[in-house]
Amino acid sequence: MDTLLVLIPALPFLAFITIVLVTNHDKKLSASLTIGATAISWLLGWYFAFRALLHPEHYASHPMRWEVPWFPGGHSVFVTGFQVDVLTAAMLFMVPFLCLLIFIYSLGYMEGDPRFSRFFAYLALFATGMLGFILADNMLLAFIFWELMGVCSYLLIGFWSFRKPGETHIDHAQVVRARNASLKAFITTRVGDTVMLAGMVLLYAMTGSLRWSEVLSHETLEMLAHKVTTVPIFGAAPWATVLAILIFWGAIGKSAQFPLHVWLPDAMEGPTPVSALIHAATMVSAGVYLIIRTFPLFHIVEGYNGAMWFVAFIGTFTAFFAATIGVAQFDIKRVLAYSTISQLGYMFAALGIGAYVAAAFHLIMHAFFKALLFLGSGSVIHAMHHGHHVVHEHGHHEDLGGLEFNPNDMRFMGGLLKKMPITGWTFIAGGLSLAAFPVVTAGFWSKDEILAEAWHNGHFWVFWTLAIAAFLTAFYTGRQIFMTFFGEPRTEAAKHAHESPKTMTYPLIILAFFAIAGGWVGIPETFPVLGHIGRGWFQSVIATQAEAFHIHVEHIPFNPTPALISMAMALGGLAVAWLIYGTRPLGFEDPLERPLNGLWTVLHNKYWIDELYQNTIIAFAKWLSVTLYKFDDVWVIDPFVDGVGRFGRWLAFTTRRFIDEQIIDRLVNLTAWVSNLLGEWFRQIQTGQVQNYLLAILLTVAVLLLLGVV
Amino acid sequence: MVPLSWYLTVAALLFVLGLYGVLSRRNAVAILMGVELMLNAVNINLIAFWRYTRPDNVAGLVFAIIVLTVAAAEAAVGLALFIALYRLRETVNVDEIDLLKG
Amino acid sequence: MVLKVVFLLISLFTVGSAFMVVTHRNLFSSALFLVASFFGVAALYVLLEATFLAVAQVLIYVGAIATLIVFAIMLTRGMMSGRTSPRNDQAVWAGLSSVVLGLVLLYVVVYRVRWPVVEKPVPPDTIERLGSALVGPYVIPFEIASVLLLAALIGAVLIAREREI
Repeated sequence: MDTLLVLIPALPFLAFITIVLVTNHDKKLSASLTIGATAISWLLGWYFAFRALLHPEHYASHPMRWEVPWFPGGHSVFVTGFQVDVLTAAMLFMVPFLCLLIFIYSLGYMEGDPRFSRFFAYLALFATGMLGFILADNMLLAFIFWELMGVCSYLLIGFWSFRKPGETHIDHAQVVRARNASLKAFITTRVGDTVMLAGMVLLYAMTGSLRWSEVLSHETLEMLAHKVTTVPIFGAAPWATVLAILIFWGAIGKSAQFPLHVWLPDAMEGPTPVSALIHAATMVSAGVYLIIRTFPLFHIVEGYNGAMWFVAFIGTFTAFFAATIGVAQFDIKRVLAYSTISQLGYMFAALGIGAYVAAAFHLIMHAFFKALLFLGSGSVIHAMHHGHHVVHEHGHHEDLGGLEFNPNDMRFMGGLLKKMPITGWTFIAGGLSLAAFPVVTAGFWSKDEILAEAWHNGHFWVFWTLAIAAFLTAFYTGRQIFMTFFGEPRTEAAKHAHESPKTMTYPLIILAFFAIAGGWVGIPETFPVLGHIGRGWFQSVIATQAEAFHIHVEHIPFNPTPALISMAMALGGLAVAWLIYGTRPLGFEDPLERPLNGLWTVLHNKYWIDELYQNTIIAFAKWLSVTLYKFDDVWVIDPFVDGVGRFGRWLAFTTRRFIDEQIIDRLVNLTAWVSNLLGEWFRQIQTGQVQNYLLAILLTVAVLLLLGVV
Repeated sequence: MVPLSWYLTVAALLFVLGLYGVLSRRNAVAILMGVELMLNAVNINLIAFWRYTRPDNVAGLVFAIIVLTVAAAEAAVGLALFIALYRLRETVNVDEIDLLKG
Repeated sequence: MVLKVVFLLISLFTVGSAFMVVTHRNLFSSALFLVASFFGVAALYVLLEATFLAVAQVLIYVGAIATLIVFAIMLTRGMMSGRTSPRNDQAVWAGLSSVVLGLVLLYVVVYRVRWPVVEKPVPPDTIERLGSALVGPYVIPFEIASVLLLAALIGAVLIAREREI
């Protein structure tokens, strides 16, 4: 039965192959293949997931396995395969299910796109990447699927990066933006991946294996923790710390943490289902999952733990940093993008302070409500686009305050709740979950857990930073909801918007259910009154896994202080947002733009990090390549090569002139001349006259006779 | 009785004269005549040796007759050749027939 | 003694005729001298008591070959006129080497070699024995000669035939 594990990633892959090779002309069939394959993967995935989740004690230490020998290594055969332990099961609960919902949603969203079949092929490949990654039982296989996701993200973000002549569904500016965004995503994540690859190679060099079960075994980790190496600048550090930080860089790239976060907001150029896929179910979750998976490596060093500290710092900083940027964005998807970065920061912060269970919990919950939010925003954009199209057909030209119309821009929305109630209400549910609206939403339980752990473990700077970030999160979520769904429509397009098709709204409803109720599986047992409903089921399951990794999970007692602060932040943020954006009609200018002035500019321009990279690293790279080009083609190498060529030509010329023509040729001519001369001589003998020959014979006979006689 | 050497001398002279004719004459018919003279010289030799050494053995006579036959055949074929040649080249001068000249 | 004188006379006639054959400018005269020379040779055969051969000589050489030669001369008449030299360019060299060869031959056959001469009469049934020999021990050369004659006959006809090309 465990052999069926291989089908989970294989089925979407087969769908991809089939679409690309055979069915790409039939849009319906292609979409059906992808969705069908993913549906089967989902059912299989849930079968394995629930098997593991319902018997965590057994499967935490004895995962379900399917493995084959891959290639022979130096001393052993490299075995590869798939495994499902409790941690994988939690992901397996979330990933294929979300993929399936997003794929169904894509049916409606991508309708009429000229490259519909191709889109579904890419989606299937993306699903393959993520499923393979979470199931892989060794780091090498995981890395392969990880990179497969990288490729797919490149393909999907840049899905609109070209158009054939006569295609009108996208304009030229969008093509250029999509192209740049896809390159940016690919190259930026590659930076992290390269460091991670170094970590992986070092890990193999140190342990001789890449299988999770061997690398993360307690003995190996102890060995890594006690072996000390010297790192330049930082000084002596245990190998475990070095490897952990190197691997963490992969997660920084993939999960868009602070220095490498720039690709994620730009990734919005892809079709919205892709954004949902990247932000919720796959890409960014992969980074967090990687760190949760390798958490024992981070955790093993006792005393001062540089890796944990680093993770906590990056996570906390990113959570706050991204939240501030989110406040000052107008693009509905960009706000969500920064919220994703911020929420991922929460997860890393949780891991950094050792809150293993909370991080996993938040990862799963976040995936559900963020998928919901993205799909909802996609629905809104779809409606705005449609509305704009209708208005445009009727020949209306309205004044947009000097701005160009953009269906993503929240300034042009407003009052959409009445036009599209299903989208509106589900979006609000997701938004409240993101804002951690107390008690009812999933986001509250997972985020509250992180804050509680931070408080309990005495990481106050982490706690307060995250708390402020929580306030900002609630604020910009509220701002988004009020700007989009409440008030009066501010443009004709918004007035003409209407509800999206059922293939799009049904996934929203399902996700809304999980965004609210999903958190109930993780209500801490110690929480007053409600603790008896959930009994901390999720925590206990994941804790079993953690214990199998020799990570001690503390059952923290309920502390009202952090819980109240968390509630206050969430409600406060929403309230402030309501005061600013909900109480009076909005124009095309943000009410905060004037009061905040300079700060607003800084935030709106994302701290100019993109420009900074553009003017430093990218400029340096460009300068370097130009210089190297000149070194190669203009200054040194080419002249050298040309010189060698010229010398060769000169040598050949000289040789020809003085040796070939003067000596060899003359010798050859001499031979010919001698032959000719001899021929000229001897041809005279050949007179062709019989009598001459006879005379010669006679003379010969006469001479012979004479000799014989004498 | 006439000594054998006298006959041999006559034969040798005839042979040399025939040879000279073959080598020096331009006309093909004249060359053929030279050849006939040489054959006659050979026949004289054959018969002289028969008479002076083995008169009871007819081998010498037999070969003289065969030489005679060959001479007749040669004359016939030679004549045919000259006629054919004359028809083709309008000449029977051997020194003008030099197609194999180098 | 008489025989020797007769021999000398016949020899002189024969060799003289032969000399004229190879030296005379007129080809037709050469042919007539050739006939004379053939007769001389036939006479020498008589002296050698080979009468059958003598008769055959006259019949074949004089009757057939000489006639053929005359025919050839007349058929290729264009060259008979003697407007150019009958000798070619190498005549002097040919004469010289012929003389040398003749001298060497004479030296060899006359002085150098002691021929084993036996004084025996010619058997009276020589011609009978000749006939038996031709169909007995020498039947194969005899038959080959006949095939040669046939081939020459056919070949001559074929070669001399007027071709319709």
